Amino acid sequence: MTDRFPGYDVLSKRHSPSWNEVTRQVVNRRLAVPREPRYFTWDEFVTLDAICDRIVPQPDHRPKVPLAAYVDARLVEGPGDGYRFANLPEAADAWRQGLAALDAEAQAAHGVPFHRISPHAQDRLLTQAQNGELNNPAWGGMPARMFFEHRVLPDIVHSYYAHPTAWSEIGFGGPASPRGYVRMQLDRRDPWEAAEAYPGHEDRARRQNRHV
Amino acid sequence: MSDDPFATPRAKNGRAPDARRVGGWLPMREYPETEPVDFVIVGTGAGGGTLTGRLAELGFSVVAFDAGPWFRPLEEFASDETEQNKLYWNDRRVTGGENPLIMGGNNSGKAVGGSTVHYAMVSLRFRPEWFKSRSRLGYAVDWPLDWREMWDYYAQAEQALKIAGPVSYPWGPKRPRYPYRAHELNAPAELLARGAEALGYRWSPTPLATVSAPHGLSPPCVYRGFCRFGCSTNAKQSQLVTFIPRAVEAGAEIRDLAMVGRIETGNDGLVTGVHYFREGRWGFQAARNVIVAGYAIETPRLLLLSANDRYPDGLANSSGLVGRNLMTQSNQAVWGLMEQEVRWNKGPPSLALTEHWNYEDRKDFPGYYCWMSQGPLPVEWANTLIGSRGLWGERLRQQMAHYNHQVGLKMVGEMLPDEANRVELDDKEVDQYGLPVSRITYRWGEDDKRLINHALDQMQMSLEAINATDIFRQDNDTNHLAGTARMGFDARSSVVDADCRSWDIPNLWICDGSVFPTTGGVNPSLTITAIALRTADRIAALAARGELARRHRSVTVGAGHALAG
Ligand SMILES: Cc1cc2nc3c(=O)[nH]c(=O)nc-3n(C[C@H](O)[C@H](O)[C@H](O)COP(=O)(O)OP(=O)(O)OC[C@H]3O[C@@H](n4cnc5c(N)ncnc54)[C@H](O)[C@@H]3O)c2cc1C
Ligand code: SF4
Repeated sequence: MTDRFPGYDVLSKRHSPSWNEVTRQVVNRRLAVPREPRYFTWDEFVTLDAICDRIVPQPDHRPKVPLAAYVDARLVEGPGDGYRFANLPEAADAWRQGLAALDAEAQAAHGVPFHRISPHAQDRLLTQAQNGELNNPAWGGMPARMFFEHRVLPDIVHSYYAHPTAWSEIGFGGPASPRGYVRMQLDRRDPWEAAEAYPGHEDRARRQNRHV
Repeated sequence: MSDDPFATPRAKNGRAPDARRVGGWLPMREYPETEPVDFVIVGTGAGGGTLTGRLAELGFSVVAFDAGPWFRPLEEFASDETEQNKLYWNDRRVTGGENPLIMGGNNSGKAVGGSTVHYAMVSLRFRPEWFKSRSRLGYAVDWPLDWREMWDYYAQAEQALKIAGPVSYPWGPKRPRYPYRAHELNAPAELLARGAEALGYRWSPTPLATVSAPHGLSPPCVYRGFCRFGCSTNAKQSQLVTFIPRAVEAGAEIRDLAMVGRIETGNDGLVTGVHYFREGRWGFQAARNVIVAGYAIETPRLLLLSANDRYPDGLANSSGLVGRNLMTQSNQAVWGLMEQEVRWNKGPPSLALTEHWNYEDRKDFPGYYCWMSQGPLPVEWANTLIGSRGLWGERLRQQMAHYNHQVGLKMVGEMLPDEANRVELDDKEVDQYGLPVSRITYRWGEDDKRLINHALDQMQMSLEAINATDIFRQDNDTNHLAGTARMGFDARSSVVDADCRSWDIPNLWICDGSVFPTTGGVNPSLTITAIALRTADRIAALAARGELARRHRSVTVGAGHALAG
């Protein structure tokens, strides 16, 4: 993927009027998430990490957003979802069972656990889960499709798009209080918003993004 | 004293937080538990918060309870979708049926101020005929309320919440001017307008509960766009910064972090007070009247949890309708891509709307809907892409990179009441208070699906008319709750009367979104607020006649007609 917002970093605004103190604290805590699992075992964590790499593949040229750590942290710290589907266990149990099941599927098909099969094979298994085509006994009655749709995708994807790295990547203005926005019309950009690189004008965008 | 609003209650020792000021406090009157107060109110949202304020102002002694914390937005609300999950009802619930409802942030709040703390502020009136959908429009059931009376209470609600809206509203009978001028359109609103004009439909800036000029301690809206995650500037006129301070100033006591688990009844069958959990212990507050305002899941749950020998099926449930006729609203959307930069996160999410199909009867399904412009934040938007397109991997990241160019329209559609859609107590699971959790069952009807498809076709045409590309439909979303303790004309077919008083127990009242017999095609809060204002006036009138604890004989079947006329 090309760099659509060259040089734009939401975090460079953290001492601007766009960030209030409570937001700074919240984002600091997020950036300091413990990297070791507290809920999962290390074996489970390795499987989870491999899944995260397929659900949100990340570029090599920048520090990786530790997605598995966020999934683990939420199971330990909450908050909960506020509901569970009648045919899915509670989040923590669903994850434990789902990771075991994906490992069992990989073992059955390839003779090694999930994190050891090729990215291509991993994608294939995940696609089968998404289509509800997996039914190894290790799923224990939990529908693979429900697990994929309502745990794997949201828990991992929400973690990614809650991270400043993702905000910068998509050109999102990020935190905005007390200063909000002024230029509301089409094709208008407030000077503290990300500038998009149009072909031939990448340098201008880069220059503007240094001053957000 | 702890600074954490979740750790220990704040409203104590003769004072309560003033949510309008940094570190602010208001002196608060306190009532002894053992001496019955005039009213205990359970829940402080659109219904309960409004009633707490008005009943205190009318001179009644009131103690209101909310299970959630008492926030001070100016110092405690982050500009962050994930952190602000703290505003929602995140306790356990089980959801099932053919079309399970998503709860949590999608549907309810847990805080002083209720769901209005995180709602999107869209403040619309019902179309008059919806109060008589059976007799005037031929579907569902009638309300026992008269629209002309409601028109006055809508005006009062709009004044109280300082609604910012257009000088003249394009649909429905004449209404007074909105107290504050309309907000300017952002790009998604402008695109809604262009699409509507291309289809030949009228559109309007959306009447919103956020001020467009300073009001009291509220600054004008700064268009930060985090409204659904709490407003950190207090421009939003939620119950938390309007009726709640009014209530405290008028002498009400509000207990935060106080979960009501059971309503008690006495030998005469009347309610005597509530059991509530606060600071690690169960207490009992005596009351002459109890008003339940916990919204469409918690209200029936509490009534069912309060079952006893005299009322084995739960309180106010002789009709068997407590928990039944749960309704949500269809909230499907159509999304597309613009060549221009839209930057849809700027400003409140729904700055323009069209109610065209709310006022158009030539169609082949019952029920009505409107649509609004949209501006989801990144997590919400990613959730839409995974939920409705099943995107992940590189495809997801690429689609997300178009964030600043996306545009969308979202409907608020009427879903019809169905007794099979309901809230029950789960027979196994309990929550952190040891109380059985709610089990929610939902299924869309055939009419609901026809309405949704009609709306999706229309919204798609509107996006096509502005040359949006890569258009796709989100066909799975619902939002807002109603029903489960409906108001009506008699004790057999409804739970409460037009005054929100339960048919079975004259000193037990229900006043929140659960009393809606139908939902109409607009967002519910302004109607809830208006009903609460009316209920307060009715209570004062009944009290003046000495009819609070006893139902006057003439006020039974058909009372609604008589009162409304
Ligand atoms: C994301 C979102 C956006 C929305 N946007 C809009 C909008 O733009 N316009 C609109 O009109 N509507 C909107 N709504 C809907 C609106 O917020 C609700 O319809 C409305 O607030 C319901 O009012 P209520 O009084 O019934 O309940 P609530 O406002 O939810 O208040 C209920 C309160 O009761 C408390 N409670 C419940 N049970 C107990 C108990 N047993 N003991 C103690 N306390 C208890 C809860 O903690 C809560 O604070 C939105 C809702 C959501 C989720
Ligand atoms: S856009 Fe306005 S109402 Fe919404 S959060 Fe910001 S200041 Fe509050």
